Amino acid sequence: MTEAGSAQTKIAGMTGRAVSVVVVLAIAAALPLQLSNYQTGLATEVLIFGMLAMSIDILAGFAGRTSLGHGAIFGVSGYVVVYASAQAGLPPAVAFVLGMTAATLVAIIFALLAVRTSGVYFLLLTLALGMIVWGICLRWTQVTGGENGMRGDVRPAFLVTHRAFYWAVLAAATFVSYAMWRFVRSPFGLTLLGIRDSESRMKSLGYNVPLHLFIGFAVSGFFAGIAGALYAMFNNFVSPSTVALAQSVEGVLMMIAGGVGTLFGGFVGAAAIITLENVVSAYTQRWQTVLGVTFILIMICAPEGIIGTLRAILTRGRLAKERYKGN
Amino acid sequence: MSTFQLLNGLTFAALLFVVASGFTLIFGLLRIVNLAHGALYLLGGYIGFAVATRTGSFVLGGLGAMAAIAAIGFVLDQGLLRFVRGNDLRQVLLTLGFAFVLDDMALVIWGGDSFTVPIPQMLKGGMQVFGVFYPTYRLFVLATGIFVFAGLWLLLNHTRLGALIRAGVDDAEMVEASGVNIRRVFLVTFLLGSALAGLGGLMGGAFLSLYPSADAEILVFSLAIVIIGGRGSLVGVGVGSLLVGLLNTLGQVMFPELAYFVIFGPMALLLAFRPLGLFGRAATT
Repeated sequence: MTEAGSAQTKIAGMTGRAVSVVVVLAIAAALPLQLSNYQTGLATEVLIFGMLAMSIDILAGFAGRTSLGHGAIFGVSGYVVVYASAQAGLPPAVAFVLGMTAATLVAIIFALLAVRTSGVYFLLLTLALGMIVWGICLRWTQVTGGENGMRGDVRPAFLVTHRAFYWAVLAAATFVSYAMWRFVRSPFGLTLLGIRDSESRMKSLGYNVPLHLFIGFAVSGFFAGIAGALYAMFNNFVSPSTVALAQSVEGVLMMIAGGVGTLFGGFVGAAAIITLENVVSAYTQRWQTVLGVTFILIMICAPEGIIGTLRAILTRGRLAKERYKGN
Repeated sequence: MSTFQLLNGLTFAALLFVVASGFTLIFGLLRIVNLAHGALYLLGGYIGFAVATRTGSFVLGGLGAMAAIAAIGFVLDQGLLRFVRGNDLRQVLLTLGFAFVLDDMALVIWGGDSFTVPIPQMLKGGMQVFGVFYPTYRLFVLATGIFVFAGLWLLLNHTRLGALIRAGVDDAEMVEASGVNIRRVFLVTFLLGSALAGLGGLMGGAFLSLYPSADAEILVFSLAIVIIGGRGSLVGVGVGSLLVGLLNTLGQVMFPELAYFVIFGPMALLLAFRPLGLFGRAATT
């Protein structure tokens, strides 16, 4: 293929991608026109948790560090948003910014401790740190409301309807997705990939591995904070279960279900898990059991996630077909 | 810190030691971070409570809890973990899923109320130690903790099984290559570790009481102890338990609502200087 030809296919590929992005966004934007308020709420939740799953994927898929503490980062942002607007009486926009900042700060503390570890130790440490946050939210009754949590109207007046809020979240999700995509494909994002594949190689190439992981973690926490602030606005309520381990676990499960390292798979995973949750909840109260069983099954049968497994099956099918043709 | 508080810290540390030693045994040898350990603790407490109230015997309650939790451990290891052997991350996440199921099942069976395991008559009341009047049962927990430590130390250092376990912690492949069925050693260790969680559940159930989020609380402490003490080291668990138990008691006295922060401090400090814990060694792989 000539150079001009390859450039042409590249441009064609880019236009193709741009078209599909526009189509997906148009469908997503038109969705609430067709859905009931309840379903619009679910779609909003999918977008919010999709962002959380993607923020976990930045670390898991691109830096090779699976965090079980992101639910806590997500939840802290929610707590700060509700506290700032309901208790301190600050305007929603200020509360939102404060929530994001708090989440980023928590992520920075987590990162300072966790960047020196890897593998199972990283998982353990983020888990323990997340649970400390949960313990504080549960016990520090004066500020956090203890087990009862905190309630407060957090949404600004123009976002009170389900549809308006959905569109606002969609706009945020679009921006966040784009920012994350740019982040992981930036030269800096590529160094994270390098660390995932071989830490020692990156070290001997002269990269400051802990510093890069630290920045990656902080950025990931910032995005989780945006998701958490939106979730607080969505529910107008936070409680210890918002920061609990189950929250981190659900985020990780969505990320894995969507496919580790696929980034946008986060939305697919979130949609799958939230749909499952709602279908199951109609029949039984044992959602936690179903979540646990789903987790076990995915770990045993489809560790590559839904997308990864489908892709593997498709590739296998295509290879078989090609072999058949070849004969 | 008064003598009374010091004893509170020590007895709590003894309970933590019983639970966390099981956790670190499994982590050290099998390289499995069993996040269902907290759930096993809670379930052990519930089962011990059920047996102890039915039969009226605390000892039977303890035996029942240990046997039942070892059986559940067997199901977890042989029924589920065998499919994901050799993959750390998948193992951890699988045990987490298992913990969710166990917790939810416990909620179905025992509900959200809190239970306290009945203390046998001879351990009720208090006695005079070091100039303070202190509950006998908590002293019994302290004695059990020391007993378990001694038992595990003898097992690890003076039996063939212990030698195999120690060798397995250092290099499982070499042990297997020298003709030992390491799988069986793994299984025995897993069952022993689970049984210790069950025993801890019964003992803790009598003075901390049992309620749905107790498993998460004990898991945080176990994690902190293993992070502080290091993987697979008995002395590490001992030191870690003492540190966490005493600090937690100190924290509860000084700022009751933020006691969790107090165990966070040493953990953070330690990780900055010794990422593998006080007594941890890098894996030889």
